[in-house]
Formats: sequence, structure tokens, C-alpha cells
Amino acid sequence: MAVYLDHAATTPMRPEAVAAMLPFMTERFGNPSGSHAVARQARRALDDARQSVAGDLGCEPDEVVFTGSGTEADNLAVLGAHAAVGGDVLCSAVEHHGVLLACRSVGGRTVPVDRAAVIDLEALAEALDDAVGVVSVMLANNEVGSIQPLDEVVTLVRQRAPRAVVHTDAIAALPWLDVAGATRSADLVSVSAHKFGGPKGVGVLVVRRGVGLGPVAYGGAQEHGRRPGTHDVAGIVGCAAALAAAVSGRTTEVDRVRRLRDRLADGLTGIDGVQETAVPVAADGQRDRRGKVAGSCHLLVHGVDQEELLLLADDAGICASAGAACASGALEPSHVLLALGLSPAEARSAVRFSLGTTTTEADVDTALAVIAKVIERLRR
Amino acid sequence: MSGGVDSSVAASMMVDAGHQVVGATLKLWGGVSDSGCCSVADVDDARRVADQIGVAHHVFNFTDDFDASVVAPYVEDHVAGRTPNPCIECNRHIKFGTLLERARRLGFDALATGHHARVDGGPGRWQLRRGADRAKDQSYVLSMLGQSELVDVVLPVGVLTKADVRAYAAGKGLRTAGKADSQDVCFIGSAVGRSGFLGERLELHAGEIVDAESGDVVGVVPAVELVTVGQRRGLGVAVDGRRLYALDVDVGARRVVVGRADAARTKTVAVSRPTWVDGPLAVGTPVYAQTSAHGRAASGRWLGRSVVFDEAVALVAPGQTVAFYDGDDGDCVVGSAVAA
Repeated sequence: MAVYLDHAATTPMRPEAVAAMLPFMTERFGNPSGSHAVARQARRALDDARQSVAGDLGCEPDEVVFTGSGTEADNLAVLGAHAAVGGDVLCSAVEHHGVLLACRSVGGRTVPVDRAAVIDLEALAEALDDAVGVVSVMLANNEVGSIQPLDEVVTLVRQRAPRAVVHTDAIAALPWLDVAGATRSADLVSVSAHKFGGPKGVGVLVVRRGVGLGPVAYGGAQEHGRRPGTHDVAGIVGCAAALAAAVSGRTTEVDRVRRLRDRLADGLTGIDGVQETAVPVAADGQRDRRGKVAGSCHLLVHGVDQEELLLLADDAGICASAGAACASGALEPSHVLLALGLSPAEARSAVRFSLGTTTTEADVDTALAVIAKVIERLRR
Repeated sequence: MSGGVDSSVAASMMVDAGHQVVGATLKLWGGVSDSGCCSVADVDDARRVADQIGVAHHVFNFTDDFDASVVAPYVEDHVAGRTPNPCIECNRHIKFGTLLERARRLGFDALATGHHARVDGGPGRWQLRRGADRAKDQSYVLSMLGQSELVDVVLPVGVLTKADVRAYAAGKGLRTAGKADSQDVCFIGSAVGRSGFLGERLELHAGEIVDAESGDVVGVVPAVELVTVGQRRGLGVAVDGRRLYALDVDVGARRVVVGRADAARTKTVAVSRPTWVDGPLAVGTPVYAQTSAHGRAASGRWLGRSVVFDEAVALVAPGQTVAFYDGDDGDCVVGSAVAA
């Protein structure tokens, strides 16, 4: 049985999400956009799911837009807001490609980050002016887990670029942070169901009332025309069920996982030449992980190539990763690590372990033993 | 596993022989020219063949290494008036360098490829031989290998003809059975071409064409960096109607010296970077040297910094590989060197 430490890539579905979805893949197959009884049944499920999601994300039902993925939600936010507002687009240098490339496609620029991958607020302040129309800063980084100072970002934007719309990619922040609370001041918020025990193929974009989005795709009237296309009712129902479970169980789960992550990270950084990324170490050796989400363990393993470490770890049943893959499946050097100041060679020694709801003490025990052996072998 | 039929069959043969096989495709070049070997489409083919034969498949990102060891020198060589063979440098540095080292670090016993050549012999006396299908023989591009590589290299398809390889693949239903062989240098797409590729990275300069006999300037080339010693194309014809060949290319002086066919031959080829399959040859030893990827080995003598042929051969462009065999129809690679 594999030890799965790649929850940041995707998470196993919660049983309650699977159960909620099944009827909509079998007898309740209706298209919610119809008028007959079969359609209305699906419509009811869609409305209930929307209401539930709105409650969990701290917004109104009509502010919820269901998309086909978190990446689609990011694109809709950036491109849609830019189409409506115009002006310059800014994003942090460590955004996921769903934001970064969408920003670039409309001539956007990035704001640098510090060595902890946290946005440089002074640089942001300097970059903000009347010409800026869209600002996108993620709530937590998917690679290294760093939490961004979103409230400060919004404050600066309101002061210096008053017509600008603020989007935050909260995809890596759910299930760790109180997303509803933390994103209250943002205009647009993206999340992705398969990161919190829901199905793949469903994302949510929160669009606050009054925030305009230009069209990114054309078709039917679903989602008030903001995201046309027949609703994936089963997926949306699954998303709602998973979100409810993630939000209600969050604080206990975060404590549980944080303890496991700390044990894993403490154990592996005890090996010579293994560093934790974006975790300040105090003079007394205490590691301060408060700036990271609880499931994130990102390491630099000096003298070891990430592809080799991951391959041997995989052979031994440990699933982990190291950044985005390109179309061929090969690992690409991480733009996040380069943005926070690592050299390409250091970036090639990076490994990401991300824990989640199914991670156990035994998993951590196994991972510690296996990874230590793998590192030793590769350094021989 | 490049995504071609040869490496597909090599992998399948290793599985059939009972080995524990893992397939790897190398990502070497992510640039615009993604059309030759190992493109994304090729990776898909390799991965699906791996699925068909039941082995795990990985993609290794060696783009930095490839750029430093193959592409950058390729570009620089053209400034120096050399005509390198990047596929040979890739074999030298990447496939039987970086990749072989990685395989060893990961605990593998051997590296197998789909090259048409054979490894024979035994511990301490490994031999590299031509492939059974002479027309497809790739021993020339592997001629830089020595005992320390060959000990861990397996070349399964070298005993087969190309027709046999395709038949084997078809028999197994491998999706690459009918796939055409890739011909181009993997980082130069057909749309861009060599001149386009180099033109993006180098300043290309026009040069004068000078007739060796008369000393007269007889024409102009648009890019002296793109001219290869021995080349005939693009150099025009002499007054008497005979074809002109590049005898010498001086990039710095922006000059190509040309002559007639009989002048474009030599008995002496200066070389450097010798490698030996099984220990160096003593100076003065007779050798049989092949100066292009497909050709006969011609007899001559190894003089340490040059090869002197018994009969004149076509000029060898600086940067080209000279492969040594054990006879003019010899099967066994003795070593290699690079024309200086």
C-alpha cells in the first residue's frame, strides 16, 4: 500500500462526497437547465449545492460560479476581470500557472517575493497606481505552502489602485485555512474541489456582487452567462459535500496534520544537508512554520537530484512530487523556487511532501525511514 | 525509449529475456523546434509502448545538461568553422554519460538502447560491433564508447535487420511498428532548418568564395559559418563547368576556398580527442577509418594526432568523427577521434 504524500497534487475523495454523487451519475441524470420534472430534480440539487458552498465560502449563492477546475476559475477571474475593468494586471511571482500565464497573456507583470515566497509589500505598493485594473495574489502557495498577507494586499490596493479588482487563488489554502474569513475583503476567490476531498473537474469562483466579469467563453445561460456549459451536477454535489466536511472538520484536522508534518519535517531536516524551504530557523534551532499551511513539507536535499529521489522513493512506495510537470511529463524547474532566490541547481534538489486527511503516524514512520535510506544511497 | 520503433523493440526484447525493465524518455530540448526525436508526441508513443509491454516509464529532464554539452558547443563550433555531429556528442555526454551515470546511481545493472550495433565479448574485453543490418549500422555514432561504458550497455536490436525489427514490433502490436525513423537533429525543426536555428543564435557573415588554383574570388556565400568542408552545394561552378567543392573554410577571414573534385581529397586527416574501445593503439599501427556515418572504412595508419590513409579520401570537415574498425570490411570498432 503506497504512502501517499502528494495531497497538494490531489486528494482522495471523501466517502460522503462519493455517496452524494452516485445518484447523480445514475437515476438523477437530469440537466438542471430544463423545465420538466427530471430537470427540476437536478436543478434542486444544484441550488442546494450552491447554497451550501456559499455558506462555507462566506458569500451569497449568487456569488458562486461553478467551473470545470481551479485553473478555469483562475482564468475566468483574471481574464474576465481584465475584460471588464481593463488596465494593467499584476500578480505575485509565485502564482500557479493558471494565474501567472493568464496574467502574462494580457500583458501583466509580476511582483517579487522574499525568500519565504511571501509577496514583497513594498514592491507591490510601488507597482500599484491608477492604471492597475486587476491584482491577483494567492492565499497560500501550492509548492512551498507559504501564506500570503492578503489583508495587507487588499488594503494597499484599495489605497493606491482604487478601481482595481483583487483576485485570490485560494486553491492551496483550502482545507488548511479559514478561507471564508481570510478572503472576506477579496473581490474574486478561486477554489478547487479535488484539493479538499471532492471530485476532479469542479472548481468554484466566488464573484462578489458588483464585480463585473467580461465573457471568456460563450454558450448557454448557466452561471448567469459567466460560465456557460451543462452543469456537472454530480461533481458539483460532490464538491459541496466535500467542502462542508472540510470546513466543519478543519481545526481538528489541521492540528492533527500539523503534528504529523512537523514530525516528518523535523526528522528529515535532521539529515545532513537537508533544508526546509521558507521556514525560518531561530538561533535556538526552533523552526517557525507558522507562515506555512499545515500539510506542507518542502525540502531541499543538497547533492541529490529530485528526479532520482522521487523515482527511488516511488519504488519504495512513497508518493511525493517536486513542482509542475511539462507536457512530456518531465519535471520543470520551479518558477516559485527561482522567484524566491534559489539557483536552478538548488531548485533541482527540491522535494515536496504534502500531507492530508488520510496521512497516518505509520505513514510518517515509513517515509522517514525510506527517504533517509534513499538520500544516503544517492549520495554514495 | 525515444518513441521510435528501435527502442520500443529493444525494451520489449529485454522484457522477453526476463529482465526487470524500466523505460525512460529523455527530455532534451523544449524549444520551438520540438519536432524531431523525443518531442512530446514521441514521449506519448514511448509511454504507451511501455504500457503495452508492461514496464514503468519515466521522463528525465536533461535539458540543462543537453544545452551545455550539445547545443552550446554546436553553436560555438560553427563560429570556429567546425561542423560538429551533435548526435555523437549527445551519445558521448548525455545518453552514455549523464543517463548511464543516473542508471547506475539508481541501482540498475544495465542501460539498453535501440541503437543498431552490438556489444559482444566479456568482462574486461567488451567489444562494440556493427549492427547486423549494414545499411542501418549505427556503430559509427557509438564509436566513442570504451570498456567503462560497454560493461553496462546492452544493444538488443543490433542482431536484427531493420525489417526484423519492424516485424517484431508488428508481431507484438507495438504502436510504433510502422513509425518512420526520425532523421533530423532533434533540436532543429524542419521548418527552422540549420540556418534558421544558427541564425537565431549567431551573427552570420557573408564570405567570399576563392578559387584555390587561380586565387580569384569567384562568388559569395551568404553565411560562411554555414559552409562545411567538402560541401558542393551552393558554391557554384568553375569557369570550365566543373563543380566546385569547399576545401577550406576560414570564418574569421570570411573566406571559403574552393577547388575541383580531385582537390577535395586528402591522405592526411588531423584528429584530436581519441577514444579506444580496448586500450590505445600504438603510433604507427595500421587502422581502418570510416569518416562518415555510412561508408566503408579505408585503410591507413594511426599517427597519434592524425590518420594517414593509404589512398586519398574525401576531405573530412573539422568536427566530424572518424571511427576506427578492425578491417576494411571490419565489424569491430577499435576507437574514434574527431577531425581537427
